[in-house]
Amino acid sequence: MGTTTRSAAALAALALAAGAAHAGEEKVKLKDAPGLDKVRGVCVACHSLDYIPLNSPFLDEKQWRGEVNKMAKVFGAPVKPEDVDPIVAYLAKNYGRR
Amino acid sequence: MTTRRRFLAMGAGGIAVPALSSLSLPAWAATPWQPGELPEGTLATGILEKLPGKVPLIKRSYRPPNFETPVDYFRNPITPNDAFFVRYHLAGIPNVDAKGWKLRVHGDAAAGTLELDLARLKKDFEPAEIVAVCQCSGNRRGLSNPHVAGVEWGVGAMGNARWKGVRLRDILAKVGVKDSAVEVAFDGADGPPLAATPDFRKSLPMARALHESTMIAYEMNGAPLPHWNGFPARLIVPGWTGTYWMKHVVDVDVRSHPFESFWMNPAYRVPAGKFHGIEGFPSQQNATSQPITDIVVNSLVTSLRDGQRFHRGQTVDVAGIAWDGGRGIRDVLVSPDSGRSWHPAHLGKDLGPYSFRPFRYQFRAATPGPAVVMVKAVNARGDTQVSDLIFNPAGYHNNVVSRIQIEVA
Repeated sequence: MGTTTRSAAALAALALAAGAAHAGEEKVKLKDAPGLDKVRGVCVACHSLDYIPLNSPFLDEKQWRGEVNKMAKVFGAPVKPEDVDPIVAYLAKNYGRR
Repeated sequence: MTTRRRFLAMGAGGIAVPALSSLSLPAWAATPWQPGELPEGTLATGILEKLPGKVPLIKRSYRPPNFETPVDYFRNPITPNDAFFVRYHLAGIPNVDAKGWKLRVHGDAAAGTLELDLARLKKDFEPAEIVAVCQCSGNRRGLSNPHVAGVEWGVGAMGNARWKGVRLRDILAKVGVKDSAVEVAFDGADGPPLAATPDFRKSLPMARALHESTMIAYEMNGAPLPHWNGFPARLIVPGWTGTYWMKHVVDVDVRSHPFESFWMNPAYRVPAGKFHGIEGFPSQQNATSQPITDIVVNSLVTSLRDGQRFHRGQTVDVAGIAWDGGRGIRDVLVSPDSGRSWHPAHLGKDLGPYSFRPFRYQFRAATPGPAVVMVKAVNARGDTQVSDLIFNPAGYHNNVVSRIQIEVA
């Protein structure tokens, strides 16, 4: 239980905490394959990478593209347009429906 | 239809281990059992991990934290606070100080405004208590066939607690509600990691906001709420799914217009007309979909595992819990023979219509070979569990009749 209040200080702490790793997530190991660097660069801004294996292996490429687009358009993920294809390719190839 | 279950239980490291036999099944298993129908990747990453202040729970994601209660905790109708599941959409989770916490009540359809700290909330209003199930809308999503994207919950994104707090309608009466009010919207102290991400906010129709069971709760099972379950106060909406149970609630907005938010539409919707008997949400529904509302009747067997072996003449103990959206459980029916005959189970203590209701039925294993034990709950309105999954894109409302394969040798 915290000692800070929901003050400017707490909001600053919140902003810091949001981008920071939570204990344990460093243990998540994704498959080492082309595109992994881009996945890491974008996805960890908001969530741990275990969301990817958690959602596998049942999404096809179209469905993974839908997820990536949702993250960009609805959740505001900082993904460059030119990085969408490599990220989708990585997800579909390594964590997609077989 | 979810008839096929793998004869495997998953160990803590995601390693398949033989299913526990009836003789070796411990009261509190050290490794989490997970349904075999979960996606492979879900089973492999669903390890036991400990959040501060919690017992080891089944980790679905580290950040935001999504942690599921292992099935053995449901052997008791009340879920302990330190084993209660944890679900966040967004990773900006502040530590809220009880002294600094304030609840702001306002809105264009409120007659005035009110700011309540915890001391005033407890002092100025009559306390109320209720035992109620908090079940994530997405509980059992991982069992959807075909699988759908999201947090791939097994059966443990739920818990049952005795909540203490203040009725929301008493707070609304104090602030005054205009005739123009259509919804009440809620916000919690937690927020998104990026400014561009929609903050998690939800609304309720007036009828539910003014329902006598809807409360701002500050105690859970006789103790302050755990941080991970919404300290120091959360909204509780008995009968309705967990998405409405705003944690760390700080803002109550009485509105004359429907609340527009990603989290009301397109998120948390069920296709129109697909689930019979669920409550409507007039100000938020349209021709194609409506918000998820009340919990459908369901049950969970906690005493048996798929593949469990019995010898002839041995007693098969079929025990578990049943619940629904507040009408109350009338019957739990058990079939020892793949649905040919059904027998009423003995119902345990009634803790109220929003609570888990324990049940138990015992029979003697007679015919050698495989057998399927089936269980379905019936609520006071006569609603029962479905034989086949009602597929929907978000994987909600999975209340398929339980089918557990046992072996008699």
